[in-house]
Amino acid sequence: MISLSSPHKTPYHSYSAALKLVLLCTVTVVLFSIESIAILLLVLFVSASLYALCGRLFFIAGFKQLFILWPFVVIVLLWHVLTNTPAQGATIILRLLCAFTFANLVTMTTRLTDMIQVINTVLSPLRRYGFNPVWVGIAIGLVIRFTPVFRVKGAGLYQAWRARSPSRPQLKIVQPFAGLVIDDAEQVAQALRARGAGVSVSELLQSSSN
Amino acid sequence: MSERNIVFIALFAALIAALGLIPALKLPFGVPVTAQSLGVMLCGTILGGKRGALAALLFVLLVAVGLPLLSGGRGGLVVFVSPSVGFLVGFPVAAWVTGTVVERWRTMHIGIAALLGSLLGSIVLLYIMGITGMSIVLDKSFYESLLLMGWFIPGDIVKAVVASAITVGLWNTRPNSVLSRSTMS
Repeated sequence: MISLSSPHKTPYHSYSAALKLVLLCTVTVVLFSIESIAILLLVLFVSASLYALCGRLFFIAGFKQLFILWPFVVIVLLWHVLTNTPAQGATIILRLLCAFTFANLVTMTTRLTDMIQVINTVLSPLRRYGFNPVWVGIAIGLVIRFTPVFRVKGAGLYQAWRARSPSRPQLKIVQPFAGLVIDDAEQVAQALRARGAGVSVSELLQSSSN
Repeated sequence: MSERNIVFIALFAALIAALGLIPALKLPFGVPVTAQSLGVMLCGTILGGKRGALAALLFVLLVAVGLPLLSGGRGGLVVFVSPSVGFLVGFPVAAWVTGTVVERWRTMHIGIAALLGSLLGSIVLLYIMGITGMSIVLDKSFYESLLLMGWFIPGDIVKAVVASAITVGLWNTRPNSVLSRSTMS
């Protein structure tokens, strides 16, 4: 599965993921306290410059992500034009664009492995309460492996329906789809248990690493 | 936690992701609805409260770290500053409430419990969280945000009925896999 992080290497890739996340949280909180359109425009210019510093392709890739927001931008614009409060609408949209561009910059410049490392670090204090972060690693691996598998199986069910009916299946294929997921879950669980001879996953991993 | 629980949690998180690709419904006025929130309901009704919430939480975590698991290939931290943030953050809570209702009301028929759990957790509670998030991001009142999102409620009620029917179907054919009621979990 392809992550949303950019394959185009930038200087920001070398910064600590945790630092970038803390900075993003701080910037986002501060943004929601800014009411001035001029300041928000300045912040948006700074954000756009951060993209532009990494080259044209990176800038375009970041700009394209903004299209996700268009329904909300249209709704807010219409709302504030109709209620005769365009300045307030501009403030909301600018704030949204600023927060969005900074968040997207962090996503585009942070590798999946670095993000997962942050999760492991955050969860590690839970060890003392019996929680093993290794489980999270296994679960993440399973999701990344099985999401494309399920998408193929779901598409297969959809095509099988369409081959037999002129109508779209809508939600009718979800029942057999859930059955397929449960079948796979039971088989994978059995395979894991067979390899660990009934021991817990953490013990299994420890024994395999020794 | 057993291997079986971990695998079910992970694969149901993958199920939520995969359901994002299925064009589930088109409301009469043309609003397309994906089946992703149906996946959250199924996490609760099939896995139960705790495991369902963990599956939804795992899905949210993977969206946050940058995997394009949401419908339309969306993902990353941008979702957490967008107007729909409340819905995404609400997924684990919705799955937990949905699953807890099915688990606790064991004397009730599983179909009714699944329907009530889905309505309470994955519609009422999820919409409260989603609309609250939207009202904060878009600087609108709760009522104004409700007007924007209310169009999707009929589709979600249909999905709650479907989640209930699917849970009953799985309970009748493979009761041991419905962990919310199974004694083997």
